[in-house]
Amino acid sequence: MTVCNACRYCEAYCPVFPALERQTTFLGPDLAYLSNLCHNCGECLYACPYAPPHEFGINVPGTLAAIRVGSYAAYSWPRRFTAPWRRQRIWTPLLLVLGALLVALAVAGGGGLWQVAPPTGDFYRVMPHGIMVVLFGATFLMAVTVLAGGAIRFWRDVRAGTGAGSVAFGNSADRASAPPVRTGASWPALRDALTLRHLQVQGTPCTDAVEVRRRWRRWFHHLTFYGFALCFASTSVAALYHTGFGWRAPYPYTSLPVTLGAVGGIGLLIGPLGLLTLRRLRDDALGTPDGDSLDVSLAALLALTSATGFAVMIFRQSSEMPVLLVAHLSVVLGLFLSLPYGKFVHGIYRSLALVKYYAEERERVGRA
Amino acid sequence: MQVDSLVVDVAVLGGGNAGLCAALNARQHGAGVVLVESAPYELRGGNSRHTRNLRCSHDLPTDVLRGTYPEEEFVADVIRVTEGRTDKALTRLLVRESVRCPDWIGRFGGRLQPALRGTLHLDRTNAFFLGGGRALMNAYYAAAARLGVHIVYGTEARGLDVSDRTCHAISVRSDGHDQIIRARAIVLAAGGFESNLGWLGEIWGKAADNFVVRGTPYNTGTLLKQMLDHGAQPVGEPAECHAIAVDARAPKFDGGIVTRLDSLPLGIVVNRRGERFYDEGEELWPKRYAIWGRLIAGQPEQLAYSIVDAKVAGLFLPSVFPPVSANSIRELAIGLDLPPDALDATVRAFNHAVTGGTFDRDRLDTCRTEGLTPNKSHWALPLDSPPFWGYPLRPGITFTYLGIKVDETARVIMTDGHPATNLFAAGEIMAGNLLGTGYVAGVGMTIGTVFGRIAGREAAAHASL
Repeated sequence: MTVCNACRYCEAYCPVFPALERQTTFLGPDLAYLSNLCHNCGECLYACPYAPPHEFGINVPGTLAAIRVGSYAAYSWPRRFTAPWRRQRIWTPLLLVLGALLVALAVAGGGGLWQVAPPTGDFYRVMPHGIMVVLFGATFLMAVTVLAGGAIRFWRDVRAGTGAGSVAFGNSADRASAPPVRTGASWPALRDALTLRHLQVQGTPCTDAVEVRRRWRRWFHHLTFYGFALCFASTSVAALYHTGFGWRAPYPYTSLPVTLGAVGGIGLLIGPLGLLTLRRLRDDALGTPDGDSLDVSLAALLALTSATGFAVMIFRQSSEMPVLLVAHLSVVLGLFLSLPYGKFVHGIYRSLALVKYYAEERERVGRA
Repeated sequence: MQVDSLVVDVAVLGGGNAGLCAALNARQHGAGVVLVESAPYELRGGNSRHTRNLRCSHDLPTDVLRGTYPEEEFVADVIRVTEGRTDKALTRLLVRESVRCPDWIGRFGGRLQPALRGTLHLDRTNAFFLGGGRALMNAYYAAAARLGVHIVYGTEARGLDVSDRTCHAISVRSDGHDQIIRARAIVLAAGGFESNLGWLGEIWGKAADNFVVRGTPYNTGTLLKQMLDHGAQPVGEPAECHAIAVDARAPKFDGGIVTRLDSLPLGIVVNRRGERFYDEGEELWPKRYAIWGRLIAGQPEQLAYSIVDAKVAGLFLPSVFPPVSANSIRELAIGLDLPPDALDATVRAFNHAVTGGTFDRDRLDTCRTEGLTPNKSHWALPLDSPPFWGYPLRPGITFTYLGIKVDETARVIMTDGHPATNLFAAGEIMAGNLLGTGYVAGVGMTIGTVFGRIAGREAAAHASL
């Protein structure tokens, strides 16, 4: 950080460098902020004259990645639940899915699963609607609670910063008091998050190696995120249909839930698989093993969710449907359980970091 | 790749900014080009890795350059900082061609950005590289590879076979093996001799032991020496160079930008004896920072100390090493290993001589001293607000000015006054044609780009004869 502050050549790449120029010492909350402001685009590693093999050995993306992964654990609860996601790449999600599978089997009424009458595509013969709602609703609620808790604690820490070493060049303001975060800061942050503005610099996409740039990382992420959102919308609409209008699944292929789910599912299949492929091509120095593990676990779970979902949709009139449905539900359950402990949290922390960044920028400009 | 007895149109010796510009332009003009870089891949790019901008003339504002910087002003700046010791025709050529540099950079994927924060004087005159010099070199290298320039790393050009003003062969060493390259035209872009501690010692004596080499350890000046031995006309004085004040705690080589200190004009600078020795406020910093290295080189033990107080602490870019800090001047002296009485006396005399005025860091303001030897012409504020900070300084040499004479086609000129037939030079190795002494920020990269392009074009033209 001190080297970066004295050099500043990377200043125009992304918000991280202007943000770090505001201080001369960096403590825990500052690092949580900076590491989550970083979107790991990779530019600064190859621009740095102090990167290895220089004796200073500076690797900004790699270092921030390691700190960032640490911050995910720090703000999660209970912390030790995050450990498996960081250690074992594919085993943990598989184990979780297996566990969920057992739950689903048990719930489906030990045996009742195999006695379903001629294929009608009626999902609720396999697992009654009420049980589905309770099981998944509770899990989802748990996930959202832990996520919210983490978000609140992160925001409290990051909002004020530590104000340490604020006598920094060009910044005579005292940061000991938290800058008032006007809602004005949320809009640019939202825009940045939804467009993934920081996965490219001046129109040039992320760097995967020296002068190797691929725009696919950003597009695969868009597919994943918006795919997820559409699938979520699909479920929500279905819930509305069921409870609001009494229309029970299965819905026609042209209906809103199925359309949303299908389109979303395509994104949620291609996106994560694309991201998984790209990461193999990326310079290892840009990341950190723990971070890689998180990425792979989530991507695999999402792709699996989508794949099993399509299986259910396509074969829903067949006699294999119950098995496929249970498989799909197990994966979704596993996904929900993992949500607050794996990579999923990154969206929340990065968005909050962006809000703080824009709030500080407005302060600076306002005071200038 | 194998370069054993390689025969090629154009050989560019040196993989920094000048060499890359020469290689790219030669290739664009249709020549087959090999680029020979003595550093390994990870350290390619010479001193250019540490640069951040390039000075260029412009008659209209651009997206990265504010206002205008007319040709006449740029030419006048060069003549002024060099005290007239410059080839005026080449300076004019440099300035005219500098207009096209931003465009050239963009053509190969290099990106520019508005001036870095805190470099207020430069946003009108200097185009900053997005991500700095190393990012620019990466873009150039990628473009060179795409265009089919053959690049070899870890290969040092050690000897030139020159007779009748013509270079017939280049001997290079790579991985312990010696090989020969025969080229129709050769561009010398291998830097100055600032990394050659032995050569520096011949010029400066024991003082050279206390110099810091700011950049690459690969600029040993081998080719420069070869050419001078073969009858190339020298230009510039051996002791002239771009040398700034760097933190004395910097690494011996490759410390780059973060070891430089910009606090000097905002306080006082004293030597080992606790005495001031030069006007710290003589000129705006970008026009003066490059002489301080030589000034410190002339001081006992090649040491000096920049001392500032709390009033100005936030007005200069932070250094990577923390200052020595104290609440009184005497305490600071002890912390810096300076004679406390002497330092105290210097500061008292200085404070007494400050005449008031209105402080303005960005202009030649009215804060000065009277009756001191030397006076401080601008930004003179009394040192009275603790905590006081002191930075130990050493001369940090960026590049040497003794070089090879060239003409307007970047051709090497021999001592008999005639140009060489197939030898061209660009970058630090010929910067002395334009810089007899002094410097102005960013002009080094301009020299490399402009003369690199010229050399590349001319070399390609010669190779096609």
